[in-house]
Amino acid sequence: MDPECSRLLPALCAVLADPRQPMTDDTCLEKLLDWFKTVTETESSLLLLQENPCLVELLSQALKFQDVSSRILSFSLRLAGIFAAQENCFQFLQQGELLLGLFGEAGPLGLPAWNVPSVRSGWIQGLCSLAKHPSAEQFLVDCGAVDTIFSLQGDSSLFVASAASQLLVQVLSLSIQGRATPHLGSSDGDWPSCAQSIVGYLEESLRSGATPQITQALKVLTTTFGRCHHSWTEALWMRLSPLVTCLLEKDTVPTAHSLADLFLSMARSPTFGSSDCDLWVTLAQTLSCLSPTQAGPLALGILKLHVCPQALKTQAFDVLLQPLACVLEAAAQVPGSSGLPDGTGSNPTMADALLASTSSCAALLCQSLAHLGELQALPHSPRPWPQVLLLEATVMTLRFCSGSAVPISSVGGRLCGILASCIRVQRAALDFLGMLSQGTGACPQESVTQVFAILLEYLRSPESSPTVLKKAFQATLRWLLSMSKACGSNNPDPHTQPFLRELFPVMQKRLCNPCWEVRDSALEFLTHLTTHWGGQPDFRQALLASDVPELTQQLLQDPEAYVRASAVTAMGQLASQGLHATPSGPEHPGAKQKSLPQELLHILSLDSEGFPRRAVMQVFTQWLQDGHPAMAEDLEQFMARVFQVVSRDLDWEVRVQGLELARVFLAQTLGPPDCPYAVALPAATPPTSPAEVLRTLGRVQLLEFAFRALFDCDRPVAQKSCDLLLLLRARTAPGGGLQGAECNPEAVTVEAALRAWQAGEQGQPLGELVPEVVVAILRTLDLEGLQATLAESSDHVEQSPRSLLQDMLAAVGALGGHEADCY
Amino acid sequence: MQYTQIQINHDYVGLWTGHDFHPQFPSLATCSKELKECSGHVFVDSVPEFCLPETELIDMSTVDVILISNYHCMMALPYITEHTGFTGTVYATEPTLQIGRLLMEELVNFIERVPKAQSASLWKNKDVQRLLPSPLKDAVEVSTWRRCYSMQEVNSALSKIQLVGYSQKIELFGAVQVTPLSSGYALGSSNWVIQSHYEKVSYVSGSSLLTTHPQPMDQASLKNSDVLLLTGLTQIPTANPDGMVGEFCSNLALTVRNGGNVLVPCYPSGVIYDLLECLYQYIDSAGLSNVPFYFISPVANSSLEFSQIFAEWLCHNKQTKVYLPEPPFPHAELIQTNKLKHYPSIHGDFSNDFRQPCVVFTGHPSLRFGDVVHFLELWGKSSLNTVIFTEPDFSYLDALAPYQPLAMKCIYCPIDTRLNFIQVSKLLKEVQPLHVVCPEQYTQPPPTQSHRMDLMIDCQPPAMSYRRAEVLALPFKRRYEKIEIMPELADSLVPMEIKPGISLATVSAVLHTKDNKHVLQPPPRSTQPTSGKKRKRVSDDIPDCKVLKPLLSGSIPVEQFVQTLEKHGFSDIKVEDTAKGHIVLLQEAETLIQIEEDSTHIICDNDEMLRVRLRDLVLKFLQKF
Repeated sequence: MDPECSRLLPALCAVLADPRQPMTDDTCLEKLLDWFKTVTETESSLLLLQENPCLVELLSQALKFQDVSSRILSFSLRLAGIFAAQENCFQFLQQGELLLGLFGEAGPLGLPAWNVPSVRSGWIQGLCSLAKHPSAEQFLVDCGAVDTIFSLQGDSSLFVASAASQLLVQVLSLSIQGRATPHLGSSDGDWPSCAQSIVGYLEESLRSGATPQITQALKVLTTTFGRCHHSWTEALWMRLSPLVTCLLEKDTVPTAHSLADLFLSMARSPTFGSSDCDLWVTLAQTLSCLSPTQAGPLALGILKLHVCPQALKTQAFDVLLQPLACVLEAAAQVPGSSGLPDGTGSNPTMADALLASTSSCAALLCQSLAHLGELQALPHSPRPWPQVLLLEATVMTLRFCSGSAVPISSVGGRLCGILASCIRVQRAALDFLGMLSQGTGACPQESVTQVFAILLEYLRSPESSPTVLKKAFQATLRWLLSMSKACGSNNPDPHTQPFLRELFPVMQKRLCNPCWEVRDSALEFLTHLTTHWGGQPDFRQALLASDVPELTQQLLQDPEAYVRASAVTAMGQLASQGLHATPSGPEHPGAKQKSLPQELLHILSLDSEGFPRRAVMQVFTQWLQDGHPAMAEDLEQFMARVFQVVSRDLDWEVRVQGLELARVFLAQTLGPPDCPYAVALPAATPPTSPAEVLRTLGRVQLLEFAFRALFDCDRPVAQKSCDLLLLLRARTAPGGGLQGAECNPEAVTVEAALRAWQAGEQGQPLGELVPEVVVAILRTLDLEGLQATLAESSDHVEQSPRSLLQDMLAAVGALGGHEADCY
Repeated sequence: MQYTQIQINHDYVGLWTGHDFHPQFPSLATCSKELKECSGHVFVDSVPEFCLPETELIDMSTVDVILISNYHCMMALPYITEHTGFTGTVYATEPTLQIGRLLMEELVNFIERVPKAQSASLWKNKDVQRLLPSPLKDAVEVSTWRRCYSMQEVNSALSKIQLVGYSQKIELFGAVQVTPLSSGYALGSSNWVIQSHYEKVSYVSGSSLLTTHPQPMDQASLKNSDVLLLTGLTQIPTANPDGMVGEFCSNLALTVRNGGNVLVPCYPSGVIYDLLECLYQYIDSAGLSNVPFYFISPVANSSLEFSQIFAEWLCHNKQTKVYLPEPPFPHAELIQTNKLKHYPSIHGDFSNDFRQPCVVFTGHPSLRFGDVVHFLELWGKSSLNTVIFTEPDFSYLDALAPYQPLAMKCIYCPIDTRLNFIQVSKLLKEVQPLHVVCPEQYTQPPPTQSHRMDLMIDCQPPAMSYRRAEVLALPFKRRYEKIEIMPELADSLVPMEIKPGISLATVSAVLHTKDNKHVLQPPPRSTQPTSGKKRKRVSDDIPDCKVLKPLLSGSIPVEQFVQTLEKHGFSDIKVEDTAKGHIVLLQEAETLIQIEEDSTHIICDNDEMLRVRLRDLVLKFLQKF
């Protein structure tokens, strides 16, 4: 322990033990416990207590329950547990009967303080820390803690009940570990007494017939099998399995979720996965007796298992497919002609669940679609994957939701009524449809046509809500990309061409929608589309034949900031591809329009919201990287204007983006770095001299921006600037032929200005800097030191234990004249 | 009750573009001058005529009260109040009256602007009509169609309206109480609760649960209804108003951007307020700030101004604005900033200010009369222009038929904020009436979408449906009437507890009934012999009360009764069970005693002594009050 901390501890312990000085800040106590935990991980707890007797006094003080606040009592219980985790320290504390006083029956149990949940929680957490060694087990039995833990299983505070459950698992594990595994089916006598009482308690709970008790017992078992993979867990299961499987025999399984969690936990355990126990049979039985909604999560869990019999996986996959099978069945013109493989047909229970109500139908379909989507993304997704049928079912679900399905059967009619305009199902189905775009190689063209038709229907429909529309855009993009990938080129698939032609009139409408979310989604979609197909002639032709570029440009003035930001990004992308509307075009004769870079610069200067300004900086950076012609023209003057504006921006993210632009500009101005091993290529243009580089940087105001940013109050800005200047210094080092001019009066003035900035003053602009002066300043500044300081988090000083102790003391005025750190 | 909106027959185009009709059937030759053909459709060239509400079933002179639900469904009122002998009272809210007046005034103005001397009548001959193509041959009750009323008739009709406020209780002849409740559909629109002391009938028509400009729908007051009559649901159940507004705005913006004009055929009140509010928020984002919006109607100015003064009838947000004080509707600002201009007609100032591209809101949505006709003529030939239909009352294809061929783009964005079936389902769950009565159309999916089971009313017990001209007995009986007891009579009662919590008392009183109110008054004291000279007053002319006999209650246990008879010397007694009770036969005495639940008869042959003996034996088993 830090000696300074050791020095402060007695005062702190005195404060904590003093009921007249209540410690009101719980977070300080939490931090203190964290610190003690860290200390005891590397040091001997016994030694710590011996060197700091004030700690033992603090714990002893806690025994005077009447005088101690519940907050300090809870803290002391947890602290005692942390110390007693080491066996020798445990013995030490036991000698003074301190532990028995804190955790035993004479402790806080039964006192008014016990009614405070944090005290009960502290008691449990203390024991959790303590129960690490064999001595602890006997202690728990002797002090009667086990019975208390049982009663806390049903505590009114969920946190306490959950912690008690965890503690029970830990005690059980502690009790059995290191002993010979009891023989399967052995008598009670073979189990250690502590374990025996816990197992007895679990048996009693499972037999009780009361859902809360059964759930608690199942949770304990789930945690046990999840944490412990020793062979005794198998013995435990053999003993309890009849009681657990009995639960499945009831008409409705009230604890279905807990049972599913238990079986999945077991299936993941190497103990059970590899053994010849009846787990797989039980899982199969569970799948068939749970209701469709309850069986879903279990089926998903089974399908995610690495080791599992194929038959069970097939059964689980069927469970997930069944709701969609029902949809297909309902839509089929002839009953039984849904085209599903054998065994995947809908069953009456599933149909009943689907047709019961809108909420149950939506819940079941959404669950099924989400689970299938999750599976599809897995590397070991179920095989064979019925891609075509899933596509058809998803498309049909979407048709039921939009009202465009025309079912013949009465079930279909009913489903139509239930799903009509159900936004939840629409979103889930569109998400899943997007996921199904992966692996479309095996898709017949007919299915693809159906997919694009339904996507177009949703994109077109005025009934599509903004969230549904966003999902439709996302799914469309995924399908277009996947079709393009399947074609093996960067061109859109020839079959998607008609789709694109129909898409742009829809996009026009969406860009004019009064709902800003719709305009925003449409712009995002347009950006992605242009990124991928901006160079493709048919795409360009279709886009330019529409009003989309003009409408996008118009949205730069949208009242909603998010839309303006998306419009900036979209325009940036369109302009990169040469697809933006040209000012004063034939449609707007005589219109006095700004060029796009000027318009974006205007947004950067005047937009009141940060998002559009950040977007502008990203576009400028992208343009500069790509060598966009709009930037090439009078680049220096334009950059100078940008840096001037961005250095005054109040949004730190915009300033960081500005520095990123500066970095790209610097890199381009400097040219590629010299590499001693590089093959010398004949340079088209001779490399720019460092002096010339510095003069250029000065002209574009980059240096002033970077120097100012070095002392920015926002750390990421200062860090970025520091990195930039380090790069600059490295490339303009004396080896480059430039000598610094440290004694130059101009350098002195600049240094003074920097000092003023560092002190937070506004200061005067630096003006045009001579290269030698810049070199001198770069050399004078301790950039490495600054970089190291900035690399540490801003509150690293305040987070030290010493600071914590000082703060706690200061909070109660025990430090006299010292000022508290504020954080 | 409520009269449905007038139907405008597809029979007239102000600026005719069609050709004379050359019929195939000789019998049609007589009326060929009345018929015109246009793009394969046949039309009647006539002054507009209107189909009146059903008057065959009911004699309007016997109707006491008309309740008006909203201003859209009162357009036929002058026909009833001025021409049917109706002498009752009409109840409506103030906005309903004022905006209804505007709608009628606009209609009369539109019709009178283009007078036509003759109505076409020859085509109405049944022999001729059946030979005409659809929809003419399918038109019903054509002989009852009438020309539009005059402004004088409108004023006279509206003068018969008595104004009411929401939740105001109106006593109708003591028989029932009627109360208007906000229906959330339009300014002043109402649902009506008609209740007696023991029965409650709610009439729900033209209601909306959406948050638009009117006061929200009052659902709570509809609870505990015995019967809920449900009508006036949305005409376009598949079109969500939000989506339609989005579609409206997008199409408007795209047209104007491309240099085209937008024509919105509409009524001068109602959805137009919401559209203008939506556009107020939208025009900046769509770059439409410099595009003029024109609202042309003879009542445009009044409509825009009226909407701002009916604060108490508006939704909460708009009411709050009034206290700031700010105009509740943003169209005031649109007018101030010259973005929205309104004119009584296309003549005069409008001609000077008219600038294109522009957006024009004008009537009539049927496209058969009004300034809209001129704009269709003006803009119909250019594909740059767009006509956007927002009113759901008319088929846009039928409305456009006489103008074909038309290059102008047509967009159908019907905005109907009335209840859809999902909302009805929620409403019924909330209100839980014992019975629902509705038109037959609502109980089955639309014929064109027979699989859409969601497009019908689904409630338990199933709704009772009715068809046109069907008379339906509502499923409840009036069993009880409330009778008041005068305090002095109540004082004289001596209740006797017959079961814990239940007391009975006999009452001797005079039932006084007037205006459907019943009052029990104390009986007059036994009258003293009147002196021959004093004349009786009319009020004293109440029949004298006889000596009161005690009231009997209880039942006669047959076996015990027979035993008693035997004890009293009767023999040869037979008992027969009947459907209603028993017959005790005293064969020897040739006497019959019929014992039923609520009566006992002793039938003996002129032996009064025997009858009295038997009566006394019977009375022993009964309690007396």
